[in-house]
Amino acid sequence: MVDNKNGTMTGAAMVIKALTDQGVDTVFGYPGGAVLPIYDELFKQNQIRHVLVRHEQGATHAAEGYARSTGKPGVVLVTSGPGATNAVTGMQDALMDSIPMVVLTGQVPTFMIGNDAFQEADTVGITRPCTKHNWLVKDTDALSKTIHEAFYVATTGRPGPVLIDIPKDVQFADGVYTSPRNAKIKTYEPRVKGDLTQIQQAVELIREAKQPVFYTGGGVINSGPQASQLLRELVAATGFPITSTLMGLGAYPASGESWLGMLGMHGSYEANLAMHDCDLMICIGARFDDRITGRLDAFSPNSKKIHIDIDPSSINKNIRVDVPIVGDVGHVLEDMLRIFRSGGAKTDAAAIADWWKVIETWRAVDCFSYKNSDEVIKPQYAVQRLADALVKHGDYYVTTEVGQHQMWAAQYIPFEAPNRWMTSGGLGTMGYGLPAAVGVQMAHPKSLVVDVAGEASFLMNMQEMSTAVQYRLPVKVFILNNERLGMVRQWQELLHGERYSSSYSEALPDFVKLAEAFGGKGIQCSQPGDLDEAIAEMIAYDGPVIFDCLVEKHENCFPMIPSGKAHNEMLLSSDVDPEKIANAIKSDGAVMV
Amino acid sequence: MDLKRGSSSQSAYNLRSALPEGEERRTLSVLVDNESGVLARVIGLFSGRGYNIESLTVAETDHTGHLSRITVVATGTPMVIEQIKAQLERMVPVHRVRDLTVESPSVQRELALVKVANTGEQRVESLRLKDAFRAQVVDASLKSFVFELTGDPEKIDAFVDLLRPLGLVDVSRTGVAAISRGPDGM
Ligand SMILES: Cc1cc2nc3c(=O)[nH]c(=O)nc-3n(C[C@H](O)[C@H](O)[C@H](O)COP(=O)(O)OP(=O)(O)OC[C@H]3O[C@@H](n4cnc5c(N)ncnc54)[C@H](O)[C@@H]3O)c2cc1C
Ligand SMILES: Cc1ncc(C[n+]2csc(CCOP(=O)(O)OP(=O)(O)O)c2C)c(N)n1
Repeated sequence: MVDNKNGTMTGAAMVIKALTDQGVDTVFGYPGGAVLPIYDELFKQNQIRHVLVRHEQGATHAAEGYARSTGKPGVVLVTSGPGATNAVTGMQDALMDSIPMVVLTGQVPTFMIGNDAFQEADTVGITRPCTKHNWLVKDTDALSKTIHEAFYVATTGRPGPVLIDIPKDVQFADGVYTSPRNAKIKTYEPRVKGDLTQIQQAVELIREAKQPVFYTGGGVINSGPQASQLLRELVAATGFPITSTLMGLGAYPASGESWLGMLGMHGSYEANLAMHDCDLMICIGARFDDRITGRLDAFSPNSKKIHIDIDPSSINKNIRVDVPIVGDVGHVLEDMLRIFRSGGAKTDAAAIADWWKVIETWRAVDCFSYKNSDEVIKPQYAVQRLADALVKHGDYYVTTEVGQHQMWAAQYIPFEAPNRWMTSGGLGTMGYGLPAAVGVQMAHPKSLVVDVAGEASFLMNMQEMSTAVQYRLPVKVFILNNERLGMVRQWQELLHGERYSSSYSEALPDFVKLAEAFGGKGIQCSQPGDLDEAIAEMIAYDGPVIFDCLVEKHENCFPMIPSGKAHNEMLLSSDVDPEKIANAIKSDGAVMV
Repeated sequence: MDLKRGSSSQSAYNLRSALPEGEERRTLSVLVDNESGVLARVIGLFSGRGYNIESLTVAETDHTGHLSRITVVATGTPMVIEQIKAQLERMVPVHRVRDLTVESPSVQRELALVKVANTGEQRVESLRLKDAFRAQVVDASLKSFVFELTGDPEKIDAFVDLLRPLGLVDVSRTGVAAISRGPDGM
């Protein structure tokens, strides 16, 4: 490190030292005038890899993919003004999805702030609502301490993005370095241990429950692999059915006995009916999102609810619960299991067996079935064939864009372990998947990383193909090409009288040529019979691939709980009767998104 | 009289609108690091999440400790108030949040400067009211007074309302400052 004689170093050098001390090995970024001193320091060292993305939004999603797949915070470095504003979407995305992320932005020198200087933006002002916290550092002596605080805030409590705005003169000036040990935040100390009397109360409810269900979410993944392990033990010890949100897939294995599949708007019939009819709901690290609850006053009307969450503001936000437990999933489950076992691990076995019988009748509906075809590739079929190939290959990570393809990926691709599934759930950011795949592949160079995409979403951040090629990241973009903004088109079909206002993609590029133009491989497939071979070719290729899978254009994604409806008002693909659909979706739901 | 907790309906001269069914008025005291942007954060939380603020005051209260105290009067259903507290508590520069309406008995004070322009009998009447409310005259001309009045918000509402027909020109209010009764600190 470039220590000066008097024990000080420049702000720019301090940034690198602080990142190194925080264990950072990868930074996703894009240079510009206001961060040149930091880029100069990056140039002089080789502990931290810098990944040059092609758009700052790409850097933020790549950092999210890196973070979700490793459990470590993602780090982003961008310049002032447009660099910072381009990163806003990714910060809001990380905020909604509880992804730890540290964003460093350059700023115009302190003496020019407020003068409409070149590439000046009020970055701290713009990003205040889309970060957990942000700082403008005006003094080099405070810089390293602030960076350490930022890592602490990003990774503790409900994780999320933080931003540090560093004026250029602060990067050039000398200051004293503070080590992570000496940087503690006085005010911010999230609680990790749950209240034991409340855990005890929860255990009583578990012992007595007759129709229980575990409703788990992203918080289990946030809590780390140990939490997933404990969850599996608790599910095994109780024999209760378990469902998960989109964000929590993989915490409990899809092949597990008690697995009901994902719940919510496009979740399984059995999971949603179990939620609706249960007498005990055990919510673990999920936040009662509106994709889950549907109509609030009809949400699981007869259940007692236990809610484990590290963030007190997630509790009683949308749904009143009976036993709130503030704490980290891993810590709380450890206590819960201990208390449960110490009382002989007893449940009402006879009632639970009857409950499973009811659930089996819902399962028999086979809600994810669809009418397949020999002539045209059904998108569900394509995802199933992909899933099959992934399972055969093993060691896979999946990212997605946003739309119907995202839901089909969630429905048909099985995850056996946490941190293997990255998707933009809360914000629903089209263009997330490819840069996220870049981030995942950076962290797991040997694994198979697939972005399940829609053609419209892919076009939003397709420039990151260039990043993939430059860093030899063999990511596979599996496009379900319906030449439509499929999810929008589906809503227009069901809610807006089939008036397809601007929901089709015209003038699409030739994706095979596009792949080749980037220096990758392009594969197109249009016949169901050719799929397996084409997918095998994609997986075998040692480099980035764009797979253009031409699918049925007007397929709808089912099951579906229309917005503002209750769980038991779910539409299935077999509900082809337009009148039934029209009745299920009355105009009062149309105001909701 | 059957009064809702936190409601100001005990004032006959209520300037504040009656609260919608199920909503309550709460005074929150928030101890924060006095760093730049902290007020913007708190205000941004309220505007961003659509919470209602009736009054907000802030000033540094501990110079060496770099602490400020923000007093917020907010309205909402109990569930929303609980959210407001939880959202405030998770903010990094926030040390502590106290609900002074329910957690302990408290005193609330507000200061108002009230200008009237009048002559003759109206002028005499406004001075009588000043005395009745124990306000001070802090500026006077032959045609006007500025009164200073300290009290709980209802008292100020009442004073302002009475002066309205007597040539009221301007009112400037500080918003509520509040503190718990008894020996315990925050
Ligand atoms: C087109 C589209 C359709 C969608 N359809 C569905 C759908 O059908 N079903 C579905 O489930 N989702 C769906 N979603 C996603 C949905 O919008 C939400 O993002 C998702 O349901 C939220 O997941 P979650 O409740 O697990 O919360 P997350 O957003 O993952 O939040 C995690 C929660 O856990 C807490 N937490 C974090 N760390 C810890 C810890 N260590 N210990 C304890 N608690 C912790 C947090 O405070 C937070 O409350 C859809 C999204 C899109 C874009
Ligand atoms: C940035 C952004 N803009 C708009 C939307 C609204 N939106 C949600 S899904 C969707 C269509 C996505 O189309 P495509 O990527 O082709 O996927 P498909 O639904 O066809 O599988 C749109 C426009 C969004 N989620 N994100």
